[in-house]
Amino acid sequence: MNNHQTRNRICYAVFSLLIILAGYTIENPYYIQVLTFIGINTLLALGLNMLMGYAGQISLGHAAFFGIGAYGTAILTVHYNLSPWLALPAAIAAAMIVAYIVGIPTLKLSGYYLGMGTLGFGMIVNILFREWSSVTGGASGFIGIPTLELGPVSFSSGRNYFFLVWGFVLTSFIICQRIIDSRIGRALRAIHDGEKAASAVGVDTRKLKLQVFVLSAAFSALAGFLYAHLVFFISPGTFSFIASIRMVTMVVIGGMASIWGSLLGASLLTLLPEWLHAFSEFEMVVYGLILMIVMIFLPRGLTRGLLDIYERANKKNDH
Amino acid sequence: MELIPWPELHAMDQSIMQEILQYLFSGITNGAIYAVIAIGFSMLYNSTDLINFAHGEFVMLGSLCMVTFFGSMHLPLVPAIILTIICVAIAGLVFERLAIRSVKHPEPIVLIIITVGASIFLRGLGMIIWGKDAYSIPSFSSHPPLDIAGAKLLSQSIWIIVIFLVASVGLQLFYKKTLTGKAMEANAISKRAAWIVGIPSKLMVMLAFGLSTAMGGLAGVIIAPITMSSYDMGTMLGLKGFCAAMLGGLGSLWGALIGGFLLGILEALGVGFVSSGLKDATAFVLLLFILYVRPGGIISSADANRF
Repeated sequence: MNNHQTRNRICYAVFSLLIILAGYTIENPYYIQVLTFIGINTLLALGLNMLMGYAGQISLGHAAFFGIGAYGTAILTVHYNLSPWLALPAAIAAAMIVAYIVGIPTLKLSGYYLGMGTLGFGMIVNILFREWSSVTGGASGFIGIPTLELGPVSFSSGRNYFFLVWGFVLTSFIICQRIIDSRIGRALRAIHDGEKAASAVGVDTRKLKLQVFVLSAAFSALAGFLYAHLVFFISPGTFSFIASIRMVTMVVIGGMASIWGSLLGASLLTLLPEWLHAFSEFEMVVYGLILMIVMIFLPRGLTRGLLDIYERANKKNDH
Repeated sequence: MELIPWPELHAMDQSIMQEILQYLFSGITNGAIYAVIAIGFSMLYNSTDLINFAHGEFVMLGSLCMVTFFGSMHLPLVPAIILTIICVAIAGLVFERLAIRSVKHPEPIVLIIITVGASIFLRGLGMIIWGKDAYSIPSFSSHPPLDIAGAKLLSQSIWIIVIFLVASVGLQLFYKKTLTGKAMEANAISKRAAWIVGIPSKLMVMLAFGLSTAMGGLAGVIIAPITMSSYDMGTMLGLKGFCAAMLGGLGSLWGALIGGFLLGILEALGVGFVSSGLKDATAFVLLLFILYVRPGGIISSADANRF
């Protein structure tokens, strides 16, 4: 156990060093921006991974919470002139309350049925963003979201925002790691492996599933907040069904039940469209093909899949 | 409160009745389309336990093939429909052979992502072949609309309902009367037992895929004259057809029919009396409602498995 903890500490130390190094050495503003987006997507993937990878509950509507975070802060800062730093907890709380209310009936379902319930919820929230135009700006989007400022520090520059986002990512990683290593983390994995067995040994599965659903909604809302203040303009398309699916894909391709897998999945799915611009009109075809091929050949995600291949190769050498 | 004089009240009554009838007609038309899409979902789910998120894209393919064969190449109606359905079914078979059969551990989440990948791929393919434009084709025949109690029934609506009836009766006969249909049903009930009595289950799965995507193509064919067809039309249609299938009871043919018509009619009435902006929400509100109250759908027994 101790060994495991020291290894984790070293990992996080190296990770923070890399963030600082990247933040100070990379000069190209485009790279900084892509890395910032990777950070935001990592938060999304991390939250969903807690739900899908550890507790084994699928959600096809998580973009709704991403959207509630983004629209929450946009509405509070623009319509009510609230400071963004007050809007942040408010937006996260809103997402958590919605998750709690929706979670009670939805999490009773499982498998495809749970997927469909969350899908329906996500679609309804997305339609609300689009149709409630007096509040959300409707289909044409919400403009004029203010820049973040903290005393003398302005987060208008790419570098400062990069550090802000990755600071949040690092903190979230540590929070999740601590949850996973705790008693709750073990209970979550028990639910993943067998819900009935878990409840037979005394795990309150209903309560725990709800808690982890609310937690993952909070991470998505945080990502939404960071996204809104980065691009200053949000529209319903960003939080559509496709966005929910993209989040699921990040988790599965990166590797379920792996914190570093979330980082890998988020990086790949952020970078992939950037690389695919070269294909211009073949972009969608290639993107779809890559998704299918990865899932057919590495159904357990890249982290796990590559490890499997490595272990198999090692075994062969032993013989 | 002012009282409305009797003759005017009567006139209002009549116009409201007319309006309701008009919405009902459009609801039944859309309902038939949702039902055809839902049948495709249900059939596939029955035989393979798979939910095909690319199903809406096969509807799109059907619609756009119809635009090419009927709209630009001016083939006669029946050959154009048959050609379209064959093309879409072949696309479905290729999809099954290359993507679905290669999966070694068919877990729901993996299959969901593969079919979503396929839907993105097909959308991209549609964009390459037909471009980003939206097309419309003329109605299958140029009869004037029927006038029933003051409400108008378009000739294409009649076509849609007739084609829907032919397709669903045909399917029912196929399942109940032919050996292949019975074998498919046996395979859907228990693959292992069907295999023991000599039913080739791989072939049955292929057939289910072909039939399911052919139904998707048919939905595309009948919808082409009443909507603008474009490469991105499939997603919403697919999701709504899916809601209809869930509503009635996933895996049941009758459930798909009931779910489709219920969704179509409620949606049309919702547009008429609540708000047209919230039209798309109807399907998903119904979906959540049925999942919370009776997850197995209207048709199934209350204790249907939630997995």
